[in-house]
Amino acid sequence: MTALIQGATGDWEMVIGLEVHAQVTSAAKLFSGAANAFGGEPNTRVSLVDAAMPGMLPVINGYCIEQAVRTGLALKAKINLTSVFDRKNYFYPDLPQGYQISQFTQPIVGTGEVVLDMEDGTERRVGITRLHLEQDAGKSLHDQAPKLTYVDLNRSGVALMEIVSEPDIRSPEEAAAYLTKLRSILRYLGTCDGNMEEGSMRADVNVSVRRPGGALGTRCEIKNVNSIRFVQQAIVVEAARQVALIEDGGKVVQETRLFDPEAGVTRVMRSKEESHDYRYFPDPDLLPLELDADWVASIKAGLPELPDEKRARFMDGYGLSPYDASVLVAERETAEFFETVAQGRDGKVAANWVMGELFGLLNRQGRAMADSPVGPVELGGLIDLIADGTLSNRLAKEVFEEMAASGKPAAAVVEEKGLRQITDSGAIEAEVDKVIAAGPDQVAQFKAGNEKVLGWFVGRVMQATGGKANPAAVNEILRKKLSE
Amino acid sequence: MSLDKATVARIAALARIRVAEDELDGLARELSNILGWIEQLDAVDTSGVPPMSRAADQKLRWREDVVDDGGIGEKILANAPAAKDGFFTVPKVIE
Amino acid sequence: MAAAALTGLTIAEARDGLLAKDFSARELAEAHIGAMEAGRGLNAFLTETPERALAGAQEADRRIAAGEARGLEGVPLGIKDLFCTEGVATTAASRILQGFTPPYESTVTRNLWDAGAVMLGKTNLDEFAMGSSNTTSHFGPVENPWRRKGDNRPLVPGGSSGGSAAAVAAHLCAGATGTDTGGSIRQPAAFCGVVGLKPTYGRCSRYGIVAFASSLDQAGPITKTVRDAAILLRHMAGFDARDSTSVEREVPDFEAALSRPLKGLRVGIPKEYRVDGMDPEIDALWQKGIGWLEEAGLEAVEIGLPHTQYALPVYYILAPAEASSNLARYDGVRYGHRAEGGGDLLEMYEATRGEGFGAEVRRRIMIGTYVLSAGYYDAYYLKAQKVRTLIARDFAAAFEAVDVILTPTAPGAAFAIGEKEDDPISMYLNDVFTVPASLAGLPGISVPAGTDGDGLPLGLQLMAPSFDEETMIAAAAAIEARAGFDGAAAAGGA
Ligand SMILES: [Mg+2]
Ligand SMILES: [Zn+2]
Repeated sequence: MTALIQGATGDWEMVIGLEVHAQVTSAAKLFSGAANAFGGEPNTRVSLVDAAMPGMLPVINGYCIEQAVRTGLALKAKINLTSVFDRKNYFYPDLPQGYQISQFTQPIVGTGEVVLDMEDGTERRVGITRLHLEQDAGKSLHDQAPKLTYVDLNRSGVALMEIVSEPDIRSPEEAAAYLTKLRSILRYLGTCDGNMEEGSMRADVNVSVRRPGGALGTRCEIKNVNSIRFVQQAIVVEAARQVALIEDGGKVVQETRLFDPEAGVTRVMRSKEESHDYRYFPDPDLLPLELDADWVASIKAGLPELPDEKRARFMDGYGLSPYDASVLVAERETAEFFETVAQGRDGKVAANWVMGELFGLLNRQGRAMADSPVGPVELGGLIDLIADGTLSNRLAKEVFEEMAASGKPAAAVVEEKGLRQITDSGAIEAEVDKVIAAGPDQVAQFKAGNEKVLGWFVGRVMQATGGKANPAAVNEILRKKLSE
Repeated sequence: MSLDKATVARIAALARIRVAEDELDGLARELSNILGWIEQLDAVDTSGVPPMSRAADQKLRWREDVVDDGGIGEKILANAPAAKDGFFTVPKVIE
Repeated sequence: MAAAALTGLTIAEARDGLLAKDFSARELAEAHIGAMEAGRGLNAFLTETPERALAGAQEADRRIAAGEARGLEGVPLGIKDLFCTEGVATTAASRILQGFTPPYESTVTRNLWDAGAVMLGKTNLDEFAMGSSNTTSHFGPVENPWRRKGDNRPLVPGGSSGGSAAAVAAHLCAGATGTDTGGSIRQPAAFCGVVGLKPTYGRCSRYGIVAFASSLDQAGPITKTVRDAAILLRHMAGFDARDSTSVEREVPDFEAALSRPLKGLRVGIPKEYRVDGMDPEIDALWQKGIGWLEEAGLEAVEIGLPHTQYALPVYYILAPAEASSNLARYDGVRYGHRAEGGGDLLEMYEATRGEGFGAEVRRRIMIGTYVLSAGYYDAYYLKAQKVRTLIARDFAAAFEAVDVILTPTAPGAAFAIGEKEDDPISMYLNDVFTVPASLAGLPGISVPAGTDGDGLPLGLQLMAPSFDEETMIAAAAAIEARAGFDGAAAAGGA
């Protein structure tokens, strides 16, 4: 699924790699006991360690290590039993220590992969280069006063997992699929809430262009893009910028850029541009992080069923198509909802109801799965009434809307509204006889071989029964009577 | 290793230390002397020798994931040369 | 008891006298406050906290009366101004920490107060502990209470814990804390004729101590006697969960180790420490030291520490590298000095750090920045770390064969203030004998062992395997007992 850019001089291919910063869902920060929480009064979720007071020392949060290992295992990655924390040195007002504690040469997690399920049913594999743990910086506010920047350290020291992909991505759609899949994995694990609006998941996008299959071009890094839609837009405009630049005889310069969604352009970042020389070295305040192989194995054994495994099971067990299965497993809540509905029923029917009527309803009402007005048990009850012939599909949709509005179970709605379908053949026959009698021309057409006219008879019968007649029975009786 | 003025100026900039133009020559000489003296290490064969970055020989201890700190905004800001509305303030940074 | 008699007491004597109610903690504190004020000419204290000392003494007297005395009840101490002390200015002798008052207490000082010690004040030091003469302090040099015979020029106390060493030597406090990164406890102790002990790396918590070089920094006591060093260390040391390099080990009763039998132990004499141009008086003292230990029952064995000659250049890569990063937090944003005069953020940073740090600190930050910078890391920093491994291996091999190692503490006696200022390297050479143990993380102690021809004190250094401070203390006591060094001369003679 390579999306080529048609330039003036021929086709260009995009080469994309993503660096995702995922905030670990820990109670406390990576190296201190201050709270890791969104928002709050400035500088109140800050310990002396986070503010880098003289003589303050980092002590690592074991939970964050465990979440990094769980995430690494879910990315089918190599867990490094020895890893090292390094200092990345640079000056910035929201970086109190004057360095970020990160992992450089020896990260906690090595190479792994993410499998993307594309809409056309194909699979794409994106390599993971590494995952490492590091501290977040604080926040600088530049718009509070004309001549001042305000600094809030609440976020300073929060644990991040930086997940770096190989440059295996070839289109904005693949980038979106990658981020969606990664977020899905993180949410299954509960290691990151994946909330891009609140900044708990952020992406740096590396983009370059080249002739299809040719040598790699020079890349630019677009920093801190905070939604999947913006990532796609940023890739489109940045790749287009690079193509235009090269075709005009220019050269792409390796630099860090920012995406401006309003203007729809990327701009070169000024502040950190002068000579990057981070002077990484092992943090002497911390010892090497050593993990026990047995401990890693026990963490692995305790992992939940992940989207890929669940998807395979849904395809196998419920006969779902690859695409339907990947849609249903994307969120753990959706998958659980579906499984409750599908339990002891036709999986495909359950999938159609969940992905059709239910998703439509939730979309219209802007609700999450968790507060769906129709629960999985109730939806299952509705499907049972279809299966036993009480409801036609058409009536069932009507009942579903009523269930959503009233919160009542399907059977109750059927009773109250008298929506039970007519399957009694005597009653249907009577209606059929009336319709045949009223349409001699149509009868003649049918007898002359026009099958289409059957629809006219069916429509009349349904109309006469207020839509309650069982469509299969109507068809059968009509054919029989018309052939007499 | 002999450092020139430009290198000294670059290091000073990297370290965010203002060095007056007329101090550069003297500093270059001093730093060059020190580096020259340090270079006697070149004589040591270190092939196959692992680096030693810490004197403590033990495993890294882990802390529990409990919130037992923070909520001390006054202490955090008490020594600030400049602060406003609970924030530290610095000359405006232009992004 | 007369004030001079009270300030002349060792910690052990003061402790025993207090318990015997020969005098009160208040009297002891007042005597030392008086001495501290009278000794201001030495510039040993940067901040005096007499009210705290008196309040502490009052509590000590109450506890002694109630029979609840703790290990250091009522003992008045000087605290190197590198330890953060809650509510009391902490400067690291730097302009850049001007106005900084920590809202927290370092673990080591907390331990001392919990044991009943009282704080007399914060002692002067080289700026950020970078120096061997205490002349780099933003608040001026400390004077050594000793003088050369017939020469009244002021001498350096050594560094960086120069204020602590001078204060103890001049009997301004009963004991003091120091920190040692490459010799900063042992070398000033030698220059001032007092005992200085650097414990094994990890023995004392670094929490709340302004960092210089994190992989080397260790706190330790500076005292009049070996016994006092043992007593003080016991109450400074201990596991601290807030320092990841702090070691989870029981703190032994170091004082009990003083009477350990030494018979049958072996003392290593490293041949490489007999450096070129070594002062013959120092060599002679070293030979005496060997003799005293033999007298005490140890067998002297020549050992090789072949990489020891590279210790100084290794140190002058690693320590500045770590320092360049540790001192990045002094940026004028959250505490301390910020340069006046508007300008943008970059100007604020460069002006603040340019004027906030003194010449030696600037020099070391720049060396450290350089050796870590792109393209030089492997040649300098990584190389130095590898040689550090070799140095540590040398010691490990040596300690297979011997129990302690004996060397001089410093290559010479105290020099005049202003001497060796023009050449940083000749200043660095002061630490030639102390740096190796720092790199290897080993404990070391300097014991005053005699005087040179000018009547200035000279020290001998003992080193021991990791966490065997006890054997080292026992051997140091054996030297002390035989050397017959009289430190009282400094207190009266200053
Ligand atoms: Mg990045
Ligand atoms: Zn990062």
